[in-house]
Amino acid sequence: MGGLRTEEFQVNMGPHHPSTHGVCRFILTMDGEVIVRAVPVIGYLHRALEKICENRTYPQCIPVLDRFEYCTAMSCNQVFALAAEKLAGLEVPERAEYLRVIMLELNRIASHLIWFGTTSLDLGAITPFLYGFREREDILDLFEMTCGQRLTYNYIRVGGVAKDIPPEFIPKCRKFLDTFDHKVDDYERVLTENPIFVVRNKDIGIIPPELGISYGVSGPSLRASGVRYDLRRDDPYSIYDRFKFNIPVRQNGDCYDRYMVRIQEMRESAKIVRQAIEQIPEGEITAKVSINFKPPAGEVYSRIENSRGEMGAYVQSPGNSKKPLRVKLRGGSYNQLQIMPELVKGHKIADVVAIMASLDIIMPEVDR
Amino acid sequence: MELVGIFKYLYELLADSGLPEVWVELIGLVAAAVMVFGLLALIALFLVWWERKVSAHIQQRFGPMLTGWHGWRQTIADALKLLQKEDITPTTADRPVYYWAPIIAFVAAFAAYVVIPFGEGLIVADLNVGILFIVAITTFTIISLLMAGWGSNNKYALLGGMRSAAQVVSYEVPMVVSILAVIVFAGSLSMVQIVESQELIYQWYIFRLPFGPIAFVTYIIAATAETNRTPFDIPEAEQELVAGFNVEYSGMKFAMFFLAEFVNVFTVSAIGTTLFLGGWQGPWLPSWVWFFIKTFALVFVFMWFRWTYPRLRVDQLMEFSWKFLVPLSFANLILAGLMKYSGWFNW
Repeated sequence: MGGLRTEEFQVNMGPHHPSTHGVCRFILTMDGEVIVRAVPVIGYLHRALEKICENRTYPQCIPVLDRFEYCTAMSCNQVFALAAEKLAGLEVPERAEYLRVIMLELNRIASHLIWFGTTSLDLGAITPFLYGFREREDILDLFEMTCGQRLTYNYIRVGGVAKDIPPEFIPKCRKFLDTFDHKVDDYERVLTENPIFVVRNKDIGIIPPELGISYGVSGPSLRASGVRYDLRRDDPYSIYDRFKFNIPVRQNGDCYDRYMVRIQEMRESAKIVRQAIEQIPEGEITAKVSINFKPPAGEVYSRIENSRGEMGAYVQSPGNSKKPLRVKLRGGSYNQLQIMPELVKGHKIADVVAIMASLDIIMPEVDR
Repeated sequence: MELVGIFKYLYELLADSGLPEVWVELIGLVAAAVMVFGLLALIALFLVWWERKVSAHIQQRFGPMLTGWHGWRQTIADALKLLQKEDITPTTADRPVYYWAPIIAFVAAFAAYVVIPFGEGLIVADLNVGILFIVAITTFTIISLLMAGWGSNNKYALLGGMRSAAQVVSYEVPMVVSILAVIVFAGSLSMVQIVESQELIYQWYIFRLPFGPIAFVTYIIAATAETNRTPFDIPEAEQELVAGFNVEYSGMKFAMFFLAEFVNVFTVSAIGTTLFLGGWQGPWLPSWVWFFIKTFALVFVFMWFRWTYPRLRVDQLMEFSWKFLVPLSFANLILAGLMKYSGWFNW
């Protein structure tokens, strides 16, 4: 008399699945509802961005890299511009730096709003998704009035920014910031204290700090595990050292803490934008960059704090050439996806969705 | 205006026409069945539209606006579209099981209305085991879900079917026990007598402190789970199971599941109204108007849940039922029994 014979079975989650955000695929080996093994399959969105960049001049690379991580295209522009400027030793005018910070932080908020919406959607609450997108719409309007684009901006260029902001930008931005804190309060009222939300997220997908660091997890996902590491403060680029802001850190490293860190980060970003708007000086918006921009030979690695962790660009210049010899991009999502199999083991299939949502993985950044 | 008078008049006309008595009864029953069916089909169509509008306004949108006044023709258009769609049967499906599942869901959803009093005297058949009949017949839904999950021969559908089986069985218990508490007080299983026992507003079972509100809340929670709606919509959790048990269904078969779901929402609201909110009782307005006001108010509450809450996980759902709702409802049943037995609360 043996027990019932049970069998493990495999489920393909994705690449076309409502909650794998793009085209991520997991091969899940399941024992009933419990996950025994998870193997991520990537590459469905590979566009050979790095190779394309090798055949383009430096300014031409930037619109391509907009597609690197389209939720925060400003960061992609910034990280490459930073690398090119480091190579050439360019000085960026002060007003341009301020404009960059305003755009980067607004873009961070917009990106976190997407994360907020999709997270709630993945947990079955449909309404907060639309709330998040309502505020994101205001930010996109601001971007649109500045550079004419809503998703792929091509705004931050080598040596500065593409256009100055129109005069109605600052009043509109101020209006947005004034209401934004209340809106975040609204989000928190819908989700943060919701017992169902808490029970779905507490103690799910815990990343111990050592494990997170060894997998290269960065950004909010790592700060939720108690590691106070933020490139805006630890390796300041642009003019981030001039602003006062907190770096939210939580200790447990579970889905709920990652949620809380991101929510608080939105408020902090709003603070930075507010300070930048107050301090912004008049002046040039771009350094003089020749059309034949040819940085000297050398190699640099520039890194910035993106909403999904450390975003980096390694650029190698052969010297006396308009095109880079090699470009290597680093995106936070890649490492966050890498740690997924480790996190989901022993959890239920519903938790895979919750964990993936809390890590804020976006596939174009993984596949490049 | 009491509708029951009109029906009585029509029935007497029929009786006076000289047909044999068996025929008169048969025609009367068929007419009643057709009327209830037509009414419910209309209500289901209305609920689909209403759910869209409610969700839209909760989410600060407008919802359908282009098809007619505030998009009232939207559901009709949807139904016509689904009718025209190709009906796909997967080659690996277990055909008879796959074929019958939506039909059973549909029939089970409608059969409950035999014993629901829409107003004073507006009931198809006042069975003396009315509420028992409803509990029995609505359980059929679960069989259809299991059949759909098994018959489609799809892993996601099977998981969805299994989940819903587990879920509905677990929540059937607190639901029935909370209904029992009311039955203990009413002293009858007949829906009509239950309504008649709550003639004045303080006699409504929801206001019979302390057991009434507890039973009502237990009932509402369990009913949300029974109808597979958020926060208990685990069987069809889109984000995990794509669409759960009905993932392989298309065209009219899908529409049948869809309509059955909305009819079920109306069913549990109607039962809730009858058991706890005094059914058709109310001043000034005709009784059927009161019934519909109360029922639609309850339906609105279910919609409100759906567009506000996230979803529980499957094991948390079970825990909530067995570790909290079941003990609570049993304690409540004992409380109701004591109250009835002591005789102090029989106002």
